[in-house]
Amino acid sequence: MPDEVLDCRGQRCPLPVIAVARRLPELPVGTVVRVLADDPAAAVDIPAWCRMRGQEFVGQITGPDGPAYDVRRRH
Amino acid sequence: MSATPVYLDAATATPLHPVARQALLAAFEDGWADPGKLYTQARRARQLLDAARAAAAEVLGVRPDELSFTPSGTVAAHAAVLGGLAGRRRAGRTLVHSAIEHSAVLHAAERHVADGGDAVSVPVDRLGRLDADAWSAAVRAPGVAFAALISASHEVGTVQPVAEAAAACADAGVPLHVDAAQSVGRVPVPAGWSVLTASAHKWGGPAGVGLLVVRKGTRWESPYPADERESGRTPGALNLPAVVAAAASLRAVAADAAAEAARLAPLVDRIRARVAAEVPDVEVVGDPERRLPHLVTFSCLYVDGEALLHALDRRGFAVSSGSSCTSSTLRPSHVLEAMGVLSHGNVRVSLHRETSEADVERFLAELPGIVADLRAEAGVVGL
Repeated sequence: MPDEVLDCRGQRCPLPVIAVARRLPELPVGTVVRVLADDPAAAVDIPAWCRMRGQEFVGQITGPDGPAYDVRRRH
Repeated sequence: MSATPVYLDAATATPLHPVARQALLAAFEDGWADPGKLYTQARRARQLLDAARAAAAEVLGVRPDELSFTPSGTVAAHAAVLGGLAGRRRAGRTLVHSAIEHSAVLHAAERHVADGGDAVSVPVDRLGRLDADAWSAAVRAPGVAFAALISASHEVGTVQPVAEAAAACADAGVPLHVDAAQSVGRVPVPAGWSVLTASAHKWGGPAGVGLLVVRKGTRWESPYPADERESGRTPGALNLPAVVAAAASLRAVAADAAAEAARLAPLVDRIRARVAAEVPDVEVVGDPERRLPHLVTFSCLYVDGEALLHALDRRGFAVSSGSSCTSSTLRPSHVLEAMGVLSHGNVRVSLHRETSEADVERFLAELPGIVADLRAEAGVVGL
């Protein structure tokens, strides 16, 4: 389960990525943040951001709130 | 202060080649008649059409009767795919294609699926290069009628392993369509394909002319109602002046292709290196070596693609983008998606014969400041 949820529904690229980039460094290493994002670009850009920033992309989940992306702070 | 325009979107449409302009004007004078009729004016039109066909066929290394002109590259791609599937319907109903085909091929595939057929999409790697093993396995599967592979990505420039893919198709007895829109007139296309398509406005010919080449012995059947023109491959009266201009400019650009590639490829390398070094948090995408000589793509983290295009336009730079906010469907480019690379803040720069080193230098000088300003406005500096 995620430690925190960022609700980015209704936001267009690149806002969901900016949201996770702002929030993750404020949380302890190991924390998992779930990003709710219905912009289809998030499915590409959140994993790409994790790769570029050396953070862990845990996976994509489609739940009752629509598509969600889990990211773990690694450093 | 308005900046001098620098057009860097040749992959969408290349400025009209001077040879095309000349040929177009000349052909308007004496190429207006129907080449199928039996009078003097028609014979003149027929001569022009035959000469255009012979010239284009010679550039592509095919027989003139294998080559038909179409009303666009998109129409050629649709006809290639749907005709290839129709001609092989007894062999099966599956189309194999790469995940990074042009939308014209993908839309033809969607039509095929809507009609009860199947389509198998073969993945690419992070550099945008076809997974050749997955391709070989896919074309060997039972029921495969036809396969389609782009010669080189129109979005990121990665050259595809066409010879290898064609060999796998030949082993499996599956005809291959190569969409060579970004390659024809610029770089050689490996042999081994059964159907090839191209688009004149990508090489400096006028818009509204496509090429459809069907090699002898290919089981290809026109997807259109019967029409005797263009060997029955594509219906309707051609825009003959545009066809003449397309063929004349193809011959001209093909003659200069090696020299142009040698001039443009180092400029593309320079853009790749300098953008990566001078714009923070940028992902330069596509294969660094096996690539088209004129096209380069990168994505800027935290930057809105539409805002970036507008900011570049205000400084006089015309470029294209695969970011979702710049598309009518609001979906990111399927090519960037298939590669798994950053899709927002995306810019595609594509060069042509009028692009000078000074143009590229001005772009490189101004880009870092433009990106920095957009990031400052968005409050994302230092993220």
